[in-house]
Amino acid sequence: MVTGACPVCGTRVLAGEAFCERCGHDLSLRPVSCTACGSASVGADGYCENCGMLQPTGRDHVEIELEALAGVSDRGLRHSRNEDAIALLAPGQGVLVAVVCDGVSTSPRPDEASQAAVDIAAAAIAKRLADGDDAEQATREAVRLAADAVAGSARIGEDSPACTYVSAVVAGRQVTIGWVGDSRAYWLGPQSALLTTDDATPGTHMLTAWLGADAGEVVPHIRTFTTDGPGVVLLCSDGLWNYYPEPEALAANALNDTPLTAARRLVRLANDAGGHDNITVAVIPFGQGERAETTVAFPKERSD
Amino acid sequence: MTDFTIRVDQNKYLPAGSQEVHGIITVEASGPVERAAVAEAAEVIIIDTSGSMSYGKIADARKAAQAAVDTLRDGVYFAVISGNHQAEVIYPGDGRLGPVNAQSRHAAKEAISRLRAEGGTAMGRWLRRASDLFSAHQVTHPGAIRHAILLTDGKNEHEPAPEFDANLTYCSGKFTCDCRGVGTDWVVAEVRRIGSTLLGSVMDVRRPEELEADFRAMTEAAMGKTVADVALRVWIPRAASLNFVKQVSPALEDLTGRRTDVDALTGDYPTGAWGGESREYHVSVRVPGGNIGQEMRAGLVKLVVPATGEVLASGNILAQWSDDPVQSTRINPRVAHYTGQQELASLIQEGLQARNDGDVETATARLGKARGIAEKAGNEETAKLLDKVIDVDPESGTARLKRVVDKADEIALDTRSVRTVRMRKDPEN
Repeated sequence: MVTGACPVCGTRVLAGEAFCERCGHDLSLRPVSCTACGSASVGADGYCENCGMLQPTGRDHVEIELEALAGVSDRGLRHSRNEDAIALLAPGQGVLVAVVCDGVSTSPRPDEASQAAVDIAAAAIAKRLADGDDAEQATREAVRLAADAVAGSARIGEDSPACTYVSAVVAGRQVTIGWVGDSRAYWLGPQSALLTTDDATPGTHMLTAWLGADAGEVVPHIRTFTTDGPGVVLLCSDGLWNYYPEPEALAANALNDTPLTAARRLVRLANDAGGHDNITVAVIPFGQGERAETTVAFPKERSD
Repeated sequence: MTDFTIRVDQNKYLPAGSQEVHGIITVEASGPVERAAVAEAAEVIIIDTSGSMSYGKIADARKAAQAAVDTLRDGVYFAVISGNHQAEVIYPGDGRLGPVNAQSRHAAKEAISRLRAEGGTAMGRWLRRASDLFSAHQVTHPGAIRHAILLTDGKNEHEPAPEFDANLTYCSGKFTCDCRGVGTDWVVAEVRRIGSTLLGSVMDVRRPEELEADFRAMTEAAMGKTVADVALRVWIPRAASLNFVKQVSPALEDLTGRRTDVDALTGDYPTGAWGGESREYHVSVRVPGGNIGQEMRAGLVKLVVPATGEVLASGNILAQWSDDPVQSTRINPRVAHYTGQQELASLIQEGLQARNDGDVETATARLGKARGIAEKAGNEETAKLLDKVIDVDPESGTARLKRVVDKADEIALDTRSVRTVRMRKDPEN
């Protein structure tokens, strides 16, 4: 089963593989900066030489860095496993794809559901775009395939595995967001904004839509906008936005840094605030290096 | 070459919110038995020759000092100091240590045979003189293992307390010193301060005729040391604090105040010289609270030679927060054992102090409780000594102080209260 991407080159790696088949990166390596205190002094034995914390391995803490985007997924402080999943792809021609899914804790095997969903969705978007579909068609198809996979993983006699979904496709100056459930997308820049509306009963975490066999027909929300930037498209699970729902607060911590540094910082902020849930963050910088020609800061929407 | 290993015994699991971490660090040094490649050694023998040593004690002290000289290896550098209210180097006497050979042995023993008991007692001055000899020797022999033997029979009456303190501070870190008190007129607390400061043992010698064998054994042990000036280096996380670092075996010694900072998170605690032996340390760290499932390194303990930075061995003290009470409430047997040994020592010392202050109630309570712990923990010698001070009814457990106590028994109990026993059986092996 596909379990993740090589943090160096982004190539898919299988569970149990010690090295990336493409670039040879040692996949057993732990993060280089401490996930607890942020100091850059993690020893070879995995303990932080500043605060002493043992660094998480495997899915407890996942960092993915591609050339143009990055993401971090973390178990948080209170949950025994990480049920969030993240996939990033850079299939070429300036296209960037990010998918974040949050497994529903009360469903069986939510960690498997979310992982299957991100893997299938990211691959499907890349393939559809390569085949000539536009980003919205590709996203719709990706949600359909991911929903089918999650629904199909249900076993007789148990409840249906379930997860949320949010994806971003960045192609040129165009950004396409698709979502089901309460994982969110934000535009962060001089004028920041929440791009998604939660599929949840207001003020609660009761989902009104999700991927899963018991979800009925899954119809994703899809929004496309074009922008001149500069800014960042942020995808996140509720482990982050529960603590930092305001776009301005997120922007203050996500802009003006490399995507990986920003993603790490946001995850650490959520952990510092209590880390009650799994935390997943994908950071896609937009229009970096084009600051001089920027004219429009706020995204122009074209919702469905 | 001596090989060192460190083993850490602890229960790393903490309940949520708990912040106290304890570990017992067992350090074992082992190496080739033959002494071919042993390090250079320097030895100073200090004999109390105050007036009270007359009446036969001086004769046994002479024999003991001669036995020590006989036990020194050829090539070791040594000196003999005669101590009363001042200190006199009776051999070799030119402000230096001299090498051991047939001729120097003979000359030193000859000088020892002329020792006479007269004058007062000023142990700090004896030690200062020894310290100066070692310092002079260190200029030409920087790596030598520096060790002294001190024999006394009386109270430190002829040296003002501030001078004694200053002399001890002066000597600290320059050499190690094993101390012996003979008879019943010496003050355990005084001699214990010397032993603690100079990282050596303190034992009572009940009868002067036992000195000779004891000195031979002590010198043999000193000759068996192969690595000088070793420190226990303890790292703790930035947000943590160190409760204490104690040696708990073979004897209790609180090293907490002996720290030399290495950096903001790390400090060195002196352990003196090592031969083929094993010692145990109790380290306690207060860590910031963690979340269920998180694991933290609460301490990193290394055995190092600070002069060279060489790391001889290392071990981790861990903390992991668990919501499983079966895991988190288990007490490591070794931690429990040495916690009990520390309590036992305190009870005995407090009990004897209360007894001397005439507080029968406190004395009875403390010593009675000590008797129970001693029996349970396997401190047979301590239990026997306690029996000479206190009667405990085996049926009711009621304790009662003995009316008449041999002073030598009281001194032995006090002196040996810091000596610990190892666990009777190790459930993990």
